[in-house]
Amino acid sequence: MMASNYNAKEEDGHQPAAIGHGGAGTVKNKKPDNTAFKQQRLPAWQPILTAGTVLPAFFVIGLIFIPIGIGLFVTSNNIKELEIDYTGVDMSSPCYNCSQSYSWNSTKPCTCSVPFSLDQPFESNVFMYYGLSNFYQNHRRYVKSRDDSQLNGDKASLKSPSKECEPYRTSDEKPIAPCGAIANSLFNDTLELYYIDPNGSRTAIPLVKKGIAWWTDKHVKFRNPGGNDNLTVVFQGTSKPVNWRKSVYELDPSDPDNNGFINEDFIVWMRTAALPTFRKLYRIIHKKPNMTPTLPLGRYILEVTYNYPVRSFEGRKRMILSTISWMGGKNPFLGIAYITVGSVCFFLGIVLLIIHHKYGNRNHSADIRS
Amino acid sequence: MAREKIGETEVVNVKKQRKKTKKEHKTRTVHSNILYDRTKGEDNPNRHYSDNEIKTTKYTLLSFLPKNLFEQFHRFANVYFVFIALLNFVPVCNAFQPQLALAPVVFILSVTAIKDLWEDYRRHRSDKEINHMDCLVYSRYKHQYMERFWKEARVGDFIRLRCNEILPADVLLLSSSDPDRLVHIETATLDGETNLKQRRVVCSFLDLDCDFDPSKYNSVIECEKPNNDLARFRGYITHRSGRRDGLYKDNLLLRGCTIRNTEECVGIVIYAGHETKAMLNNNGPRYKRSKLEKQMNVDVGWCVIILLVMCLFSAIGHGLWMYQYGDKRPVFDVLSPEGAELSPVLSAIYLFLTMIIVFQVLIPVSLFVSIEIVKICQVYFIHQDQDLYDEETDSHLQCRALNITEDLGQMQYIFSDKTGTLTENKMVFRRCTVAGVEYSHDANARRLAMYQDLVDSEEEDCTSHSGTLPRRDSVTSNQSAAKVVLRSQSTKSHRRTGSRAEAKRASILSKHTAFSSPMEKDITPDPQLLEKVNHCSSQMTFKRFHSQSLSQLPSDLTDIIDFFIALTICNTVVVSSPNQPRQKVGTDSSSSLNRSSHRDCSSVLSSPSAESTLTKLDEEHHLGGPVGLEHAFSPVPPHTTEGEPGALEEGELRYEAESPDEAALVYAARAYKCSLVGRLPDQVTVELPDLGKLSFELLHTLGFDSTRKRMSVVVRHPLTDQITVYTKGADSVIMDLITLPSTDDSKGKRQRKILYKTQNYLNLYAADGLRTLCIAKKVMTKEEYAVWLRHHLEAETAIQGREELLFQSALRLEINLHLLGATGVEDRLQDGVPETIASLRKAGLQIWVLTGDKQETAINIAYACKLLEPDDEIITLNADSQAKFLSSDPSRSFQKDYAPAYSFPPPPPPSPSSSQTQSFLVHRLGLVIDGRTLAYALDSSLDEKFLAVARSCRSVLCCRSTPLQKSMVVKLVRNKLKVMTLAIGDGANDVSMIQVADVGVGISGQEGMQAVMASDFALPRFRNLQKLLLVHGHWCYSRLANMILYFFYKNAVTLIFWYQFYCGFSGSAMIDQWYLIFFNLMFSAFPQLITGTLDKDVSSETLQELPQLYMNGQNSEEYKPYMFWMTMIDAFYQSLVCFFIPYCAYADSDVDLLTWGTPITTLALFTILIHLGLETKTWTWMNWVSITFSVGLFFTVALCYNASCPTCYSPSNPYWTMQRLLGEPLFYLLCVITPVAALLPRLVRGRCVSVYERENMWDVRPYSEMLNTTGVVDLTVKY
Repeated sequence: MMASNYNAKEEDGHQPAAIGHGGAGTVKNKKPDNTAFKQQRLPAWQPILTAGTVLPAFFVIGLIFIPIGIGLFVTSNNIKELEIDYTGVDMSSPCYNCSQSYSWNSTKPCTCSVPFSLDQPFESNVFMYYGLSNFYQNHRRYVKSRDDSQLNGDKASLKSPSKECEPYRTSDEKPIAPCGAIANSLFNDTLELYYIDPNGSRTAIPLVKKGIAWWTDKHVKFRNPGGNDNLTVVFQGTSKPVNWRKSVYELDPSDPDNNGFINEDFIVWMRTAALPTFRKLYRIIHKKPNMTPTLPLGRYILEVTYNYPVRSFEGRKRMILSTISWMGGKNPFLGIAYITVGSVCFFLGIVLLIIHHKYGNRNHSADIRS
Repeated sequence: MAREKIGETEVVNVKKQRKKTKKEHKTRTVHSNILYDRTKGEDNPNRHYSDNEIKTTKYTLLSFLPKNLFEQFHRFANVYFVFIALLNFVPVCNAFQPQLALAPVVFILSVTAIKDLWEDYRRHRSDKEINHMDCLVYSRYKHQYMERFWKEARVGDFIRLRCNEILPADVLLLSSSDPDRLVHIETATLDGETNLKQRRVVCSFLDLDCDFDPSKYNSVIECEKPNNDLARFRGYITHRSGRRDGLYKDNLLLRGCTIRNTEECVGIVIYAGHETKAMLNNNGPRYKRSKLEKQMNVDVGWCVIILLVMCLFSAIGHGLWMYQYGDKRPVFDVLSPEGAELSPVLSAIYLFLTMIIVFQVLIPVSLFVSIEIVKICQVYFIHQDQDLYDEETDSHLQCRALNITEDLGQMQYIFSDKTGTLTENKMVFRRCTVAGVEYSHDANARRLAMYQDLVDSEEEDCTSHSGTLPRRDSVTSNQSAAKVVLRSQSTKSHRRTGSRAEAKRASILSKHTAFSSPMEKDITPDPQLLEKVNHCSSQMTFKRFHSQSLSQLPSDLTDIIDFFIALTICNTVVVSSPNQPRQKVGTDSSSSLNRSSHRDCSSVLSSPSAESTLTKLDEEHHLGGPVGLEHAFSPVPPHTTEGEPGALEEGELRYEAESPDEAALVYAARAYKCSLVGRLPDQVTVELPDLGKLSFELLHTLGFDSTRKRMSVVVRHPLTDQITVYTKGADSVIMDLITLPSTDDSKGKRQRKILYKTQNYLNLYAADGLRTLCIAKKVMTKEEYAVWLRHHLEAETAIQGREELLFQSALRLEINLHLLGATGVEDRLQDGVPETIASLRKAGLQIWVLTGDKQETAINIAYACKLLEPDDEIITLNADSQAKFLSSDPSRSFQKDYAPAYSFPPPPPPSPSSSQTQSFLVHRLGLVIDGRTLAYALDSSLDEKFLAVARSCRSVLCCRSTPLQKSMVVKLVRNKLKVMTLAIGDGANDVSMIQVADVGVGISGQEGMQAVMASDFALPRFRNLQKLLLVHGHWCYSRLANMILYFFYKNAVTLIFWYQFYCGFSGSAMIDQWYLIFFNLMFSAFPQLITGTLDKDVSSETLQELPQLYMNGQNSEEYKPYMFWMTMIDAFYQSLVCFFIPYCAYADSDVDLLTWGTPITTLALFTILIHLGLETKTWTWMNWVSITFSVGLFFTVALCYNASCPTCYSPSNPYWTMQRLLGEPLFYLLCVITPVAALLPRLVRGRCVSVYERENMWDVRPYSEMLNTTGVVDLTVKY
């Protein structure tokens, strides 16, 4: 021990004396510590992937996944969903005229009514979506074309929006509020639902327009500059987006809590969709307190104020009515995926078991271990 | 600043260099600085020489940033990443926030920069320390030596050095306190050789009686330009009188050496600072590129191509997407900021650039940094391995090249030196033959056998007790206990007067255990020979007393005496005594009184130096009494039998030899009481039995060189007063130089008979694996000597071609020799060599031994270490002449030329054609080739054939090969066969081979440090190679190979590419840019580093038990080109799964961009980590911690990031996304199914391929059985 100590010292003492930096002297002449870490003998678990351990794993995965898949599939199938395409591409479609004549520059609103009927009653809350197809809300330049601080109520940004908003930043020398391409292309169709009683009378179905946006968006991310009062004053000196018919403070004049930047339709639109075919929550039809279904079966009319042109990009517009489950909207895919993966695992387990029994015997050692 | 200092210190540099003359461009002229005043500084001729301040740092404070960046940009990848980052600043294609995109590049660059900075700072500190060491420099004004810093010494300064001081610069020795004008230096820091070397005062200053006075010095030195050749220095000194004297390397003290055994000396600085030979020799660490890295770079290239293809694809896609809309601009197709419309083509071009940014992760940014980190960790673990530590020498493995650890796992050919590598290089005198009579030294052999047993049992004791006390140290632990204290004191104050002595004592004591283990020193004489020696010496004494001519003695008796005299004096052994430095300790170096008393003492005893006088006194005391006899006769020396430590008796002489052979022979001679007691440059003192001390006047020493393979001394014999030449050398050369009397009389016959017998015995020795040396002598007449001397002096004074002339002169001298006898010295095999070779061979490594030894010795060592086995058939290639070689048609089979030269039963003629090679498995072949034949075989016309033959042999032995040939063989095999080569050696003659090989391994053994300095790895023992290659090599290779593949996989999971189909190829990313950039850098980085550092596919024990597993690395089975593509396909599939499962799950829903992208990021992370988990073979707690940490880090960062700011992070704000997702069941469902679906094929494929192969790796026995059946079949197919 002493001997090794002194050697280490010697090495140290010689180092500065040594001519420079050959590098040989950097090693301390010392016996390495006998620790499990330094000797690379850390206790280790070796997951030996033998047939004996893998086969049960396959079976277990199969047995867990298949029931989950079935559960998901059933859940998804219980969701009721109705989709109505009101784009008006066909001559027969009631909105054909609107779709043909309409463009961004039109000033006169065009309306059309689309009749449809429900075969099944919709229980519980019904969510009303509008859906767009071929609309690339995820386009790189489109996604960026917004100014979050302006939408957050920052007054400086209101007067001089971010450069990201170009070319929808200013109009007529005045800053656009809200600026950017996303806001500019706000979906502005108005959808109304009427139930047609068997006796022929139309009953408007109450559509709730609040509570459709994320709570954090409504209360944290989006704010009106200077509170919700006097939006007209606040937005003085700004210009409305080019494609808009009315200014941002006129989005919902009836409810100051839903006007300006915190208009929920606007907020929902600003949350850009991930895929080119998407739906966005439009209204909620709340469940009635009594036992009657939210939407009983029967005939309905969808009244559309047709403002939004989609013909330029071969787009489609849809109205979707859907109930909702714990796992979201109707989508049988996940259930099917679970069932498939589970089955594949199970099947592979069986195949491997057969291989193992048929050929494993040749190698007796494998048998010993399994 | 340095200049100012010099001004203050009055160390004046004046100048009068005539730089116009051509000659001065080739040489350097050094004048004394004393002659020049500082005020006329411009005149100092030494002005232009660099000062003694060294600066090994690369950077200064100012230059660090630009210079370091510049260096880092030499790596192509860095340029690429910076290019990407800068591309972000181009408005038309910016995909990310430019500042954020800079982050990874800045991170990578700064990590490297910090590492460089730290290294440079360490260099700076070390420089500073060295520059501020003290030395004594003569001051012009004060007329005395003043303490100065090293950095203030200038060329032309006079420096006074005291014992144990370290030389600050290359100094020409002008004066020494030693009465013989000698200085002993230790050059361990320079070349690692621990023996003391003598340096002489320049001859014109030899006769100075009084102290050297620098102010009277006015000579001019002319010498070579600074160069890095440590063994050469030429020049001459011109005195005012016009006299010229030659300067040799013997006059030069090199920077870094330590003065030993000499109280004081004075010299003039010739080369300073960076121009010193030591600094010029000081190369930085070498950078090699490993095979794996080369392979990897090819695949990085493929990645670039894949990237470009993907970008091109996206760009074309985008163009078409734009084109389909024609003039109808959809609302979501935003115009460029200027409001200008982009044509589809232009837009596609911009997009191409954008995509390069978006897909940048495909080229692994962090791969290079990660590999460096992993390699450093691997090196650390190799360092820490206890099995690679040698207690005996207290040395570790050293990794000198940090970046080729994985090459260790891919070696195919090992080229090994023999002496010192396979063997101990601890020479033990075994047998000798004198005048044709063999003395077998049986007792000695018995003693050695006993000693071996003793050591073995001692070793067991050691390990069983504490295991901390080194075996060799146990012999000398009495001293070392005392040394401990002294040493520790001496570390810092080494150069200060007070502790200098102690430091010296300690170092002397500790240094010399190397060549002087009791085994080598204690030789039991052969009784018969001893009797003859005694008889002879008594006769000689008798004759001497009666003034009779010695020539009347029987010639065999004179031969015996001559034989031992030759053993004693024909060498360069320096004598020292262990207690001698202690005596010097008492004399304070500044006390001149003490010194002069020493001198008196020595003069009284008429001995050349104080040291040797003292030793002589001791020696007389020691050897004179009956103790010596008893000692000599006991078969086993008492202290070894008792196992008593502290065997070094007071007064015992130490012999410091440059090579262990010499020491062994001197010790052997001492056993016959013919002992060397002192050596001075011009005199050797030998003590003979009865005759007492005899001083041989040493006229010349013609040193050993590898071409002549012999050395000679020319002495004047004190008894006969004849000029006698003693030559010692390899038998092959000496035997040719022996001349027999031409007459056919009895004397001639006898000589012939002796020669014949000696040759027979030599063959016998060689067959026993002994190293043989022949001893010969020659008596010269005065006239002959005079003639030779004249030529020799001419040669010595020549400046141009001096070496060549000296060589010729030596050749002229060494002729017509008279054979005295031959010696057999045993060089024991190192422990575990046969086992190591056997297991390395099982590992599929081809082992070639390249040695300078003679053929028979080499073959025997080869048998001893199981390189050759008794039933092997051996092809011996010995070409007789070049003419024969040249006359042969090179296109004919190589073998045919040599068929007559077979000295062993000829095997079926091997030929390069593959049809016949099958048969070689049946006859296991060994190829033995000697140096001369090798020279022909390496000729470009025949090398292919030589290789073809060599390849079919199981082992190849090249004997008598020169260092150059060694390296040529390695180069040939490496280049022609395209294999990975490892060269291992311990001596300077292996350096070139070590440098040529892919991996050079040095044995830090007995022959100095040159091999270690040149090597990539330095091992204490040969047997360590087994663990280094089989275990660490395998691990490093398999870890790194897997890590690289994993890296490619990880980066190739490019989910964004699939997204392009759904965003109009606009380069949009659903994954937040922060995740995208930090995903590889942070979230998934740690687990793979841990796995890359710690994973063990097979345990250390199994790897050593089953060397066959090493073939895995040799055949690059962990990383083959197809594996890259398999990995890519796997990554492709996994990215498809990871993209489309969430896609389908969220199809036509109200999901927004980031709420959809975040789950994808999360499940990609899970998939990647679980993938790594499947690849990890051993799970330690660190793997668990790292994976948990990664997942934890991701969620922590995601949650913090998503909660931090609702308006920042333009363009896409992920506010509260993660928080919301964590509340959704769908998120969890996705995170479970996607990894399972993504990894299922891999799991199944892994199962199908390896269920019956790899699992057997874990079980030792079945695997070896399997190898016995399948592995051999593989081999037969291969060859």
